[in-house]
Amino acid sequence: MNIRNSKYSEALERYHKKIADAAVEDMVLNMGPQHPSTHGVLRLELITDGEIVKEVIPHIGYLHRCFEKHAESLTYQQTIPFTDRMDYLASMNNSHAWVMGVERMLGIDKDIPKRIEYIRVLVCELNRIASHLIAIGTYGIDIGAFTPFLWCFRDREHIMGMLEWASGSRMLYNYIWVGGLFYDLPVGFEERCREFVDYFKPKMVELNRLLTDNQIFISRTANVGVLPLDVAINYGCSGPVLRGSGLKYDLRRIDNYSAYPELDFEIPIGTGKMGTTGDCWDRYKVRVDEVEESLKIISQCLDRLQKELKRTPEFDPRAKLPRKLTPKPQDYYMRAEGTKGELGFYFIHDSNRTEIPFRVKSRGPSFCNLSVLEELGKGVLIADLIATIGSLDFVLGEVDR
Amino acid sequence: MSFDEIKLLLTDKFGDSIITGEERTGMQPALLIEADRIADVCLELRNNPRTYFDFLSCLSGVDYGVEAGRFGVVYHLSSIPYNLQLVLKISKPNDRDLEELPSFPSITSVYRASDWHEREAYDMLGIYFEGHPDLRRLLMPDDWEGFPLRKDYANAEYYKGIKID
Repeated sequence: MNIRNSKYSEALERYHKKIADAAVEDMVLNMGPQHPSTHGVLRLELITDGEIVKEVIPHIGYLHRCFEKHAESLTYQQTIPFTDRMDYLASMNNSHAWVMGVERMLGIDKDIPKRIEYIRVLVCELNRIASHLIAIGTYGIDIGAFTPFLWCFRDREHIMGMLEWASGSRMLYNYIWVGGLFYDLPVGFEERCREFVDYFKPKMVELNRLLTDNQIFISRTANVGVLPLDVAINYGCSGPVLRGSGLKYDLRRIDNYSAYPELDFEIPIGTGKMGTTGDCWDRYKVRVDEVEESLKIISQCLDRLQKELKRTPEFDPRAKLPRKLTPKPQDYYMRAEGTKGELGFYFIHDSNRTEIPFRVKSRGPSFCNLSVLEELGKGVLIADLIATIGSLDFVLGEVDR
Repeated sequence: MSFDEIKLLLTDKFGDSIITGEERTGMQPALLIEADRIADVCLELRNNPRTYFDFLSCLSGVDYGVEAGRFGVVYHLSSIPYNLQLVLKISKPNDRDLEELPSFPSITSVYRASDWHEREAYDMLGIYFEGHPDLRRLLMPDDWEGFPLRKDYANAEYYKGIKID
């Protein structure tokens, strides 16, 4: 390091000393970055005493792709594909949040046609189901249940297929644009989507019988990794992690953005049915229940999209695209409910003439949800730590950005 | 509780000098706070039963550019019980000398959420947080040189003797 001021390297030296000391008394165990249960490239340094984890030191940044630096040199429209790559399991939700933020800065958020709003909500909720299916399936694998994983991926594949039909891409869609959409839904999408909902509902019942109510699964997850509500709030947890601790807090209802105020859905929370409120099972169960709620939202969107907001030949999803994306100089913090929690974008725009933001900060929900692991990992068994990691359901693409 | 009431609450508690200005032009008005007392302000806003700003939504370090010569931190607080949002801003002039990084008080004692956010701001912009328990780099490697999100950052050509394309 070329900085000589020792004040700035104190923390690093403290850390090196801690690891060196721990290596004498206890054992230092590296979990990841290739460990399958760390869900990507997360590296955890565990200071262990036998089977007991004394301390967890997460190391992140292996998937850092300079999102914020990119956003400072590209226009608002050009950055949408980069937002897709943050939480790559729920690309639609990311670009929806980004696009809404830009639209509000431009002052055109009230002029978006209803049909576009409903299509956006429809694809976001489809993507939310796909993301939660991965969370549920991989959580099963972490615990040792292989079958649910295959079932979840089989059902997720239908969603991927539909979204590919709409946008042309399987995972990274670039479908929602500022002021509109890339294309209207393809002809027959609504019917196929309805078929999927009918097909998928009984599959969730099966999945619940296989995993949710499975006694082995409950024994591994109930009363494990209990996250009290005050700790969750103080650590900035949001989404299913916060709701699993028993707080009804969902930005879709709090902020009432897009078409959500017109839709009817419940906010599932953890109740401690199998153990303590805020344990791994509760967080898992919140996601399962959210899939059901998303199905409800999808059905309502389809009803409206097939009746009063029907496709017409003159409907053009690009009609409202602004010619120039030049907001007035201002700061704006946009928050929306991504699949993992509060997804925020903080824009600083400083000039009337440019389409490029001065500074963008993205607040990934996984980032904050993961930081609580240091707290949850104190004094637990290594096997329970795996269960806790899985229940937090983070995506490293969003943690590192 | 409105923006003006919060402002009044803060000036009653800490005196008029605590608020150095305000920005009302945008959709989200912001309070400019005296930089050295941000931790006290956050603690008061979190614990006061009339505000209960218990949730730190976002903490962003900002480099205001080479000409401005200022660094700042922007706090987005939100209150779950009252469904309020508040923006606080602090900033300090700095001449970009790497031996004297801009330095602000850490608010980790108030919000644990700020732990990683502050580490990220340190990593990316070289903003030092006084009193942070573990201020190491977060996303970049520990031996990385320079602070990538600064406006005057020149891309590194080599890392450990390996050419970066």
